[in-house]
Amino acid sequence: MPANRFNGNTDYGVGIGLRIPHYNHIFEKKPVVDWFEIISENFMVDGGRPLKVLDQILERYRIVQHGVSMYFGSAEPLNREHLRRLKTLVKRTKTPWLTDHLCWGSVDGRYSHDLLPMPYTFEAAKKTAQKIREARDILEVPIAVENVSSYAEYHVSEMTEWEFLSEVVEDADCGILLDVNNIYVSSQNHNFNPLDYVNNVPHERVAQIHIAGHSKYEKYILDTHDHAVIDPVWQLYSRAIELVGPTATLLEWDDRIPSFEEVHAEALKAKRFVPEKTAVAS
Amino acid sequence: MNLEQLQREVFDVIRQPLTASERMRKHTLDGRSTKEIVEKLIKPNDRLTSVERLEIYNRVYWFRILSSLADDFPGLRAVVGQRTFDKLITAYLTEIPSESFTLRNLGSRLEAWLRDNPKFTPKTERLALDMVRLEWADIDAFDRAELPKVAAGDLENLGEDPVLPLQPYLRLLDLAYPLDDMLLEVRRQNQEPEGDSDTASNIVIMEHAEKSPNKRVPLPKPKKVYLAVHRQENEVYFKRLQPEAFALLVALQQGKHLSEAIEASVNWTNQKVEFITVRLHDWFANWASLGWFCRQNLEREFD
Repeated sequence: MPANRFNGNTDYGVGIGLRIPHYNHIFEKKPVVDWFEIISENFMVDGGRPLKVLDQILERYRIVQHGVSMYFGSAEPLNREHLRRLKTLVKRTKTPWLTDHLCWGSVDGRYSHDLLPMPYTFEAAKKTAQKIREARDILEVPIAVENVSSYAEYHVSEMTEWEFLSEVVEDADCGILLDVNNIYVSSQNHNFNPLDYVNNVPHERVAQIHIAGHSKYEKYILDTHDHAVIDPVWQLYSRAIELVGPTATLLEWDDRIPSFEEVHAEALKAKRFVPEKTAVAS
Repeated sequence: MNLEQLQREVFDVIRQPLTASERMRKHTLDGRSTKEIVEKLIKPNDRLTSVERLEIYNRVYWFRILSSLADDFPGLRAVVGQRTFDKLITAYLTEIPSESFTLRNLGSRLEAWLRDNPKFTPKTERLALDMVRLEWADIDAFDRAELPKVAAGDLENLGEDPVLPLQPYLRLLDLAYPLDDMLLEVRRQNQEPEGDSDTASNIVIMEHAEKSPNKRVPLPKPKKVYLAVHRQENEVYFKRLQPEAFALLVALQQGKHLSEAIEASVNWTNQKVEFITVRLHDWFANWASLGWFCRQNLEREFD
């Protein structure tokens, strides 16, 4: 199920994040890349270089927008100014689907600028789903929510994270951006089997997959996006592809960013896990 | 505890300033025990206590916003020094948490806050304030809207006494120190070109990177400077102006007719009106060539 209604019925292959240190290489060498993911907030401005660069990229490449501050899980209402700017950007990029995180990050109009973990309660699931529906109605583009890496768990939680994710996306009727690195990081921090997560989400709703590297500390793992993907994460990716089918995949590399060629080569390793298309005799 | 209450409790804890050793405080600013609050909210695991788990978010919160402001205000850091900068920025963000979805706006109220809190810059009050104004203008000029330009040749067709809107990205500053030179030198030493890193990302920042210049840039001596912070081909530039030209542009930016702007400039600088009128043609030709005049001001406030 590569194309589904949660990713605008597209079949985007393997992409990488559009990052400033790679701009010169991209403009000069014009490499073949299936698609780029942009961080929406970096382009939700009125003018200047960010939009100039974006327009140049759009002339040649397909773009998908990924947000970091919609905070569907915050108890407060959606930020209207944020939505207005996001919609302007959606019209500019024509992103076939749009992603943000299943998390919270603001209280009383004050922003943490972090992806804070949700309490896995039915109340939180219901409120979050309602905000996702509201955002989709305003933005008029399919939305997929991403599972985050987390380092803390709440006493009030009533279900597992994957049950919470399933509850939210079923209620909101939205897609999933399945981040297999985040699943791995959280599984190590919270002592669960990551395969239980991958096996038990609604696979038909997976619009996109994220892969990334992370940093291991003595007592926990952090989602730092500053390394290559490790084997256990590739194994989770392999299992996800087995269950979901070939799906738009994106490598995140956001710190200590190596050359464009190295990042792209790392991303393209994902193709090893995608079964060859079978030729159909006419 | 409902979702709203839980999120308010957690946010209140993670935005508490860190201790000197970059750990979570034992008591909140209003004197409650952090441990008691956190243990009611967060489960421990086999490796970390409840406090240690939430401390990760407490540290990430501060490292991210401190890092963002350090990137945005290297000039202020050079003026006041790293230690004062950290204290000042921590106090600012404690009192005024971000109210914008984008880190780009984190410093939007720093100038006003610094005016109200001169105790942080006892020996460099005006210098620090001017540097913040310059660096914020630089951020604003970088990505504000650019509206259709009025070419030099079209200026004459705008009537006898037109209102001449200026580009939203154009910022006009009267500085008590030549900080344009100092900021360029600070940047040269830091070798961090403007706009070289993304504002927003979804990664965890777990280091408080101290970004001191390689060597201390000397603080300039007082000298009045009238500056236009503007944009050309998506690069931000600083252009010094004569005081009469500056006063004229400020009046135009306020929406005054040309005749009123000339009058305002005369009154502000005590120059004779002829001094201004004989220069008007050259000034306008230059400003039009830089694209500063626009057809209409459609800009909406960003935040």
